[in-house]
Amino acid sequence: MRLPWLLRGLRDGVVTTGWPARPDDYFDQFPVTPVPTGQPITDTAGMDAAELEALCPTGAINVAADTITLDRGRCIACGRCVTQRPDLFAWRPGSDVARAERDMLIADAAPAAPLPRLRADIAERTTMLRRSVHIRHVDAGSDGSDEWEVRALLNPVYDVHRLGIFFTASPRHADILLITGIGSPGMILPLARTRAAMPDPVVVIATGTDAVSGGLVGPGMGVARLLPVDVFVPGAPAPPFALLHGILLALGRLPRGDS
Amino acid sequence: MGQVENEQVEHEPAQNERAENQQTGKGQAGRDDTVWCATLAEWHRRVTAACAPPGRLAGLYATEEGGTPELVAIVGRDQGFLVLRAPVGHDLCYDALTPQVPAAFWYERALHDLSGLEPAGHPRLEPLLLPHLDDLGPVRPGSDLPARGHDARLGVEHVGPVDVTGRGVFTLPFGPVRSGVLESLELLLETGGEDILRINLRPHYKHRQIAKRFEQRTIEDAVLVAERVEGVHSVAHALAFVHAVETGTGVQVPAAARLQRVVVAELERIANHLDVVTQLCDCAGLAVGTARFGLHKEEVMRLMSDATGSRFGRGQVVAGGVRAALRVDPALIGRRVRALQARIADDLGALNSSASFLDRLRTTGRLATDLARRHGALGPVGRGSAVEADTRVWRPYDGYRDLTPFVPATSTLTDALGRLRVRETELAHSSDLISEAADQLTQVEPTLRTPVPPADGRYLGVAESAAGEVLYSLSLQGARVVRCFARSASFHNLVLMHNVFHGDVFTDLGFIEASFGLCYAGVAM
Repeated sequence: MRLPWLLRGLRDGVVTTGWPARPDDYFDQFPVTPVPTGQPITDTAGMDAAELEALCPTGAINVAADTITLDRGRCIACGRCVTQRPDLFAWRPGSDVARAERDMLIADAAPAAPLPRLRADIAERTTMLRRSVHIRHVDAGSDGSDEWEVRALLNPVYDVHRLGIFFTASPRHADILLITGIGSPGMILPLARTRAAMPDPVVVIATGTDAVSGGLVGPGMGVARLLPVDVFVPGAPAPPFALLHGILLALGRLPRGDS
Repeated sequence: MGQVENEQVEHEPAQNERAENQQTGKGQAGRDDTVWCATLAEWHRRVTAACAPPGRLAGLYATEEGGTPELVAIVGRDQGFLVLRAPVGHDLCYDALTPQVPAAFWYERALHDLSGLEPAGHPRLEPLLLPHLDDLGPVRPGSDLPARGHDARLGVEHVGPVDVTGRGVFTLPFGPVRSGVLESLELLLETGGEDILRINLRPHYKHRQIAKRFEQRTIEDAVLVAERVEGVHSVAHALAFVHAVETGTGVQVPAAARLQRVVVAELERIANHLDVVTQLCDCAGLAVGTARFGLHKEEVMRLMSDATGSRFGRGQVVAGGVRAALRVDPALIGRRVRALQARIADDLGALNSSASFLDRLRTTGRLATDLARRHGALGPVGRGSAVEADTRVWRPYDGYRDLTPFVPATSTLTDALGRLRVRETELAHSSDLISEAADQLTQVEPTLRTPVPPADGRYLGVAESAAGEVLYSLSLQGARVVRCFARSASFHNLVLMHNVFHGDVFTDLGFIEASFGLCYAGVAM
């Protein structure tokens, strides 16, 4: 009898990323959203502030007093602003996009202030969970792509088990509630029941632009209107590295200097 | 009533110019006709007749664009679609199609939910896409929900239907929050403990009012909405949408764009099929298989993001062409895909020598060929039950017309294994198509986009997603969308899952669900 699988797992050597212990090119280079370049709006090329804002189909761009800001929590990464005004907007490479405050997703051209450390209350809640953490995922009205990216965390490239991170079927075993989707009306009660079934302390992560702000299909929605959210991960959908960044941010396990 | 001479038969531009289209790549080849029926009785009769095999019901919706409510049925035929329209009285009542055309079962429930129509004689007219509510208020074709989004009452849940009763029989509500990382769907399993006697599916939890999100948008913005109907089939939905626009405006898509569309569409197909294989391995507890196919899938996602900037190929397809050149040399894409396909084929070989794995798929979730044909089952679900329907073949579009024709992959097994066999063959086809398209891409003019003029009217667009045909019926006024009926393969196919449990038990459910390979976002809409 053949044992076809026996050596197959060894065939390609180690394919697992070294991140966060070591840098990873795909982590560093993946462009999750554009950001303003910081160029002053001197040459408007015939566009006033309203027209610049109208470049974005989800209203992520805001122009006030000659300063452009871009809300990465609303951005659906269509890239239209970069195509139309490459002087004012550019893709920002890097998957380190998760933030513990909704307002901190708003990227402007001003020199970035030193990012505050993780909110003290999350840090306190997660002290006990850092080395072995169980995640319960809930789809609250996604387009289906977010689930692919969450599941990708289990493939050998990301292999989150190596970091002591596990997905669990039961909310009663879960420490992190990971939510995808706009927060559709039909999911309001199932989501609330899932949250209620989780033992405290709980960290809630909203992942993907749909969950953060409702994005294109749920304007004015997002899950923060349904329950308190601790960590926001932008992206349309949030790529696996951005998710991992968000989970480690929630656990206070990011390497130093990595926000 | 219903005299034949009173009918107006409109021929879509696509038909008259079909011969020319074949040469120039203009619009989408197909022989589509629209028939306006004067009365609902005549509409009912003609739809019923047209849906007899080889015809199939492909879509059904209501609209109120011109101020009068109207029913629109789209029937698939050998060479094109037949669109049958009829006015509905202001009471919104009509005789249900479902008793004569069972494939209309979910469509009519969706009509009832979203457009307020009353199909008289429908066997089970309970909500499908909306939460069960008593005080929703009047709904009209094209109307918005009265209390959109923010009202917790919309989350009130009712217990689902019970069909089987008897000693020891009980219902297990499974979902909407699933045990794995899956999309929300409620499965009501009626069981005596082990066998699944009957299953009822309730997809409404994810309803996002997608149809409303299209309306009043520009074509450019509406493509972005189309990409989000089913995120894992972003390219196919974008293609179906822009095909409708291109048919309406008579725009010619440049050769380079046609070929590039094939490359991204087939990358998406490979990723989807690998996702199904990964999930099947996971259900069977084959850890190495799960890891191997998960690894291959990640490689495809990275190739897609290297080539387009998005792991799902989003933003690449635009009306009239594609947004930009691929960021990876096509020749290199061809090489990477061929090398990957060699590794996939090797791992599939190992999988197929795992007797315990194959045992789990054999005779699991059988979909009878006869039923699949009558329902017009789409994609690998249909082809796994010997229904030979592949949009890329029967109505070739974009670069598929320029590439070597292929025979749709089919299987006569009708079970989960048959659907896996279809996907195995299609993985090889996709690799060949990408190689060939990449070769040709190096030899054509690098023009990527033709400007799209405004258009008025109603047009069909189709594309083959990894789960099957995606169908759009798009009404444009000027440069804006007035109404868009987006029909995913998932919506059309998922209802068949009611009919595939023949002595299958709880542990078969995962295999059956994975082998269908559907996206529930595209069901709940």
